Amino acid sequence: MHARYTWRTLAREVGLILLALAFLVPLAGLLNVSLKPRDSQSGALAFAFPPTLDNYVQAWNQASLGAALANSFLITAVSVVLIIAFASTAAYPLARVTRGWSRYTFYFVIGGLLVPGQLALLPLYATMRDFGLLGSLWSVILINVGQQIPFSVFLYTMFLRELPLDYEEAALLDGCGPLRSFVSVVFPLLRPVTGTVVILNAVGIWNEFFTPLLYLGGSGNTTAPVAIYGFVSQYVSQWPLIFAGLVISVIPILVVYFALQKHIIKGFAGGLKG
Amino acid sequence: MAATHAPATSPGVREPTRQAPARRRRVGVRAPWWFVVPAISIYLFIVVVPSANGALFSFTDWNGLRADWSFVGLDNFTSVFSDRTALDALVNTLTLAAAATVVQNVAGLLLALGVNSMVKSRYVLRVIFFAPVVLTPLVAGYVWSFLLSPNGVVNDALRAAGLGALAHDWLGDPDTALYAIVLEIVWQFSGYSMVIYLAGLQAIPAEVLEAATIDGAGPWSKFRRVVLPLLNGAVVINVMLCLIGGLKQFDQVMAMTGGGPGTATETISTAIYKSAFSLGDFPFSIALAVVMTVVIAVLAGVQFRLTQRRSS
Repeated sequence: MHARYTWRTLAREVGLILLALAFLVPLAGLLNVSLKPRDSQSGALAFAFPPTLDNYVQAWNQASLGAALANSFLITAVSVVLIIAFASTAAYPLARVTRGWSRYTFYFVIGGLLVPGQLALLPLYATMRDFGLLGSLWSVILINVGQQIPFSVFLYTMFLRELPLDYEEAALLDGCGPLRSFVSVVFPLLRPVTGTVVILNAVGIWNEFFTPLLYLGGSGNTTAPVAIYGFVSQYVSQWPLIFAGLVISVIPILVVYFALQKHIIKGFAGGLKG
Repeated sequence: MAATHAPATSPGVREPTRQAPARRRRVGVRAPWWFVVPAISIYLFIVVVPSANGALFSFTDWNGLRADWSFVGLDNFTSVFSDRTALDALVNTLTLAAAATVVQNVAGLLLALGVNSMVKSRYVLRVIFFAPVVLTPLVAGYVWSFLLSPNGVVNDALRAAGLGALAHDWLGDPDTALYAIVLEIVWQFSGYSMVIYLAGLQAIPAEVLEAATIDGAGPWSKFRRVVLPLLNGAVVINVMLCLIGGLKQFDQVMAMTGGGPGTATETISTAIYKSAFSLGDFPFSIALAVVMTVVIAVLAGVQFRLTQRRSS
């Protein structure tokens, strides 16, 4: 691995850069088309000149993206906070208690990774309807939390099993109760894995389309992907307008990505390797 | 870079776990059992109970509205397996999952090998190749349906390259629509496979590769005999994720084709959604969901057995 930079490396570098540019074409096309006049028939790569922001104003007003983005943000934030609270506390005894029940409980929870959500779909839908939660953000939040528990508990448990007991022992000797010692000693030590859990869940929940489509579709409450879905079917083939809406809906997640990209790539790799 | 984040998989750090129980008994760190109650409650409410009910209701005529229902045996499954659309959806789903899994893993591994090497721009390249992963799948689907449209970028590029004869309506042609969706999935998620392979590659000790070089191994045999076997864990995780993701595919299909033309791109997920929420046929929909669960369980089991054998 300590090879020198040779001609072959240069060739590989050039090839990879060309490939990266090809990877960016869809994103560049998205941005470019969104800046064209609405009636433009020019090809996707014909440069938008002069660029116009008209589409953005129209899309923002007609797709009610403001409210949808606020809902997406709220759903993502509340879901992620609850997932962290529930999964980290659950993982604590699952990793620390050596008696039989914790092992079986652990298998019971991670078994959920193999069950597709579609199996629970209709009974869950009926239950939410009976509870009057259709159209409420809570239905989506509860579903996100429940569905993400297996994976998040798995990550926390694997991490905790490798964490030395020294700090907890010290806390115990200092007279901390279990709750106090979890909150002020154990949880801060979980920071790396909490980062992974936040990233994986935030990206997944922000982009989630199926659950909000089902539970919020047709109600006054929507999320960004559901609003976009409705918007696209309404303005079929008015690509510049549609693409402006698409850009607005993905700006938040792309900003977060480019700001945190180093940690995100690490977190994805680390979290999934566990 | 990612190796430090995965203490659980590194053999070097496994040891403390085995010693931990002895020390735990001595000092008695208390982790109260009721800490699991909130997580287990919501897991039961959202996943376990509805899934069990789903399995049960697939043998009944429950229509989702009435409280009463009665057992109808295998009737729902009979109607699933005698339904043209459902069978098409099953075949499409398996084809899509298999094609996406193979292509995405090969692409992801090649990208990982590329950006793991000495190239100077490797950090920027990683960021670019991974960017589509965070993009909303629905949005990516719309962008690609535009790129693949008759006057889209793909056809423009083909014409510019003098391959105009190949240009056509990729998503409107039943023979190409499914593979056009696979192309989109591969574009979007190869970066995902890449980071997992990258993590695997970086966990390979440099000495092992140096030893192979000293023993006279060329690049190919080094890859084939040293790198690939050590990547087994990454392969297992990647194949499992791609396969399950492909079998559940919904968002991109809804954005790109809505299941058409005809039933050419109908997947099990879109068929479940349509039969339940457009046609109101709950028994059919729920039986299809059970079929999907069985398919996933069987394929996951087969994959697990195969990889177990390979690593032993």
